[in-house]
Amino acid sequence: MTPIAEPRPQHWPEAKPACCKPHPFVDVDRLSLHYGEKSAFQDVTLSISRGCITALVGPSGCGKTSFLTCLNRLTDLIPTCVVAGRITIDKLDVLAPQTDVIQLRRRIGMIFQKPNPFPLSIRRNLEFPLREHGMRDRTQLSSAIETSLREVGLWDEVKDRLDFPALALSGGQQQRLCIARSLALAPEMLLMDEPCSALDPISSGVVEDLIVSLRGRYTILIVTHNLAQARRIADYAALFWVQNGIGRLIETGRAKQLFEEPRNPLTTAYISGIRG
Amino acid sequence: MVEVATQQPNTREWLAFVLVWGSAVLVTATFCWLLGDIIWHGLSHLSWIFLTAPPENAGRRGGIGPILVSTFLILGVCLAVSLPIGIGTAVLLVEFTSDHSLFGRLTRRSLDVLAGVPSIVFGLFGNAFFCKTLGLGFSILSGGLTLACMVLPILIRSTEEGFRAVPSNYRLSAAALGLSRTTTLFHLLLPAAVPGLLVGLVLGVGRAIAETAALIFTSGYVDRMPESLLDSGRALSIHIFDLSMNVSGGDANAYASALVLIILLLIINGTVSWLATYGLHRKIVTV
Amino acid sequence: MTSSSSNTLSRWSTDDLLCWLLRGMAMIASTIVMLIVTFLIVEALPVLRHVGVLRFFTDPSWHPAEGFYNLTPMLWGTLFAMAGSVLIATPLGILSAVFCQYYAPTRLARPYRRLIELLAGIPSVVYGFWGLVVLVPLIGEIHPPGPSLLAGILVLTIMILPTIALMADASLANVPQQYVRGAAALGLPRWAMIRGVVFPAAKSGLFTGVILETGRAIGETMAILMVCGNVVQTPSNLFDPIRTLTANIALEMAYALGDHRAALFMSGLVLMALIIALTISAEWISRGRIYG
Repeated sequence: MTPIAEPRPQHWPEAKPACCKPHPFVDVDRLSLHYGEKSAFQDVTLSISRGCITALVGPSGCGKTSFLTCLNRLTDLIPTCVVAGRITIDKLDVLAPQTDVIQLRRRIGMIFQKPNPFPLSIRRNLEFPLREHGMRDRTQLSSAIETSLREVGLWDEVKDRLDFPALALSGGQQQRLCIARSLALAPEMLLMDEPCSALDPISSGVVEDLIVSLRGRYTILIVTHNLAQARRIADYAALFWVQNGIGRLIETGRAKQLFEEPRNPLTTAYISGIRG
Repeated sequence: MVEVATQQPNTREWLAFVLVWGSAVLVTATFCWLLGDIIWHGLSHLSWIFLTAPPENAGRRGGIGPILVSTFLILGVCLAVSLPIGIGTAVLLVEFTSDHSLFGRLTRRSLDVLAGVPSIVFGLFGNAFFCKTLGLGFSILSGGLTLACMVLPILIRSTEEGFRAVPSNYRLSAAALGLSRTTTLFHLLLPAAVPGLLVGLVLGVGRAIAETAALIFTSGYVDRMPESLLDSGRALSIHIFDLSMNVSGGDANAYASALVLIILLLIINGTVSWLATYGLHRKIVTV
Repeated sequence: MTSSSSNTLSRWSTDDLLCWLLRGMAMIASTIVMLIVTFLIVEALPVLRHVGVLRFFTDPSWHPAEGFYNLTPMLWGTLFAMAGSVLIATPLGILSAVFCQYYAPTRLARPYRRLIELLAGIPSVVYGFWGLVVLVPLIGEIHPPGPSLLAGILVLTIMILPTIALMADASLANVPQQYVRGAAALGLPRWAMIRGVVFPAAKSGLFTGVILETGRAIGETMAILMVCGNVVQTPSNLFDPIRTLTANIALEMAYALGDHRAALFMSGLVLMALIIALTISAEWISRGRIYG
């Protein structure tokens, strides 16, 4: 009954021009994750299209964030964490032991719920990861910094105080700086873990507009609790649900279809619950 | 009847009040007595010449120049050895080992025991291992190495605290940016852990510079200016001990030496707490 | 911008190199204890072989030159000095901490805590020196000769007091604020609240503090050597001079040879055993009671 791994439906009208030709970038096949004895989610099969915004929605504790951390193997940092299944990103087998996680994480940026710039200056925050990935030339560095700050619309706000501590910025600015920090590394994909939930409504709106502006150039996977936001920005959506204490993916598809004509009764209930 | 019931707790409260304030006053008074006595007798002998001149007549006259040099050399050897090992071990315990692994547990347990080992036992060990087995003899090197063993647990404990105080999202976001663990460690974690490291440094230096028993049989008694690390050298604390116990008429210089030792400790303490507040201040400004 | 694969390879090996380096350092740090115990045993072995364990307790006296190795007077000296100082320092230290946390006005609590921290940092040789030139003559006026078990107990008390005071202060500060507020809301007066709520909640920390100070009292050498008179005898009253195990090592190591030297390492081994027993009981207490 539960529809999983729904293939990309062709009969739905395109929501946004950037995703006219859905082209799979990430393929997740029967992915499960355990923290020691406890299972976070099981049997998630999902494909994520290149250049689109895919939103992961669902109640708390259903494994959305854990799912996100599998894609860039941040799960390696948690000693008791066991991942089973298969993830392919652009033909790269992510979970294979010989995969170079450092390269992987450079290709896949991640934005966290709480803005977390390093306790360094604004410039150093952007410069330090770039240097680490082999960029030494000063002019190249400063142009990369300017480009990425312009991309997130922060350049005009901070260009005169690049050497000020990043922690002195407001929450929304910090979050945009974190996005710039990821973009500077020229990633192909961005993972966002509720990037707006720790921000005030106005900053949240700015960051949301920024995310929309990145559509097409980057593949974006965003976890959000804000269904209205997911409706506004997402091309595709996937709904996670907790069943018997274990997270499962219960419905996936075009965002428009999922929000307006959900097939799973649980989806209907969840969406109307928020609606009503 | 009711009156008695309310009376009793009041008496008890009053008694407790007196006892608590009494013990605080007693402790403060003793401390002032001790410090006042040493400052009173020591200050009159303290001078630049006392700090630089060599001791004469077994220390009754003259100064403590060579003794200060030996003390700093011993301290230098101690820190040069214990700092890298201590920081390395702390980093391994916090960043590279899970708390429940066998290696981590064993290391922690053995460090707990090491922290409690009496200093005279360190002296015995240093004498047997560094002086005899390794053939370093009574030397500044032996003394410094013995002290290094002694301050290691203190250093490791506070450095560990420092690293644990670093928010875990630094590690996550660094990893998400594809930074290697080495880079993360040296560029992010180590600078953020500096306050803990400084605390450890103060405690370690404090313990090392105050130590006497572990040095008697390792660095020796010789009060000449040391010419190399393999020379025997007399630490300041041993000088005080020797003047007061073995040299009649050495009390005046012992007082002055004790005052110098206390001032040294205060300077080290003050410098680092100033550094810590300065660092902290900068952090507060950035938030 | 894209790093070459060779760059990546070298970075991997840097991580591995670092990990192995750190492991090496941790190995050094954790083997020191074993090294110490091994060396103590190896050095004590001759006397254990020639004399045996029992004679350390049954010999008529401590005259190593004549082959008599009775350690009991020194063991008693250590135990009496330790017991006396722990008995005085524990209540004083805990009351000091209570003063800091609950009685002192804020403006007084901070300097008082600083003072205790300062006291904790003063070298033992300075305490010993002060005891020698101030306390011992005072005691000598009351009851000659002056250098005595009492002088040892007093100096030790001042030395270990900061340890217990700081430990107690930390564990009182860790008592959850809602307990204190709850007790205050019941209208309990200050001391009743401290006795009934704070002390039970801080129990394990206080016990650990007592054990730590006991360890310090047992291991202290220089201060006690300077004020106790160092006569090898079992004390019959507070004014008798005594010699502790630690002082014995410090006094005789300089000229000890052969079995005598080995006997001193043997007493080091005894000290080490006492400390290990204390550490284990400290861990047992902190594990059993904090969450219990």
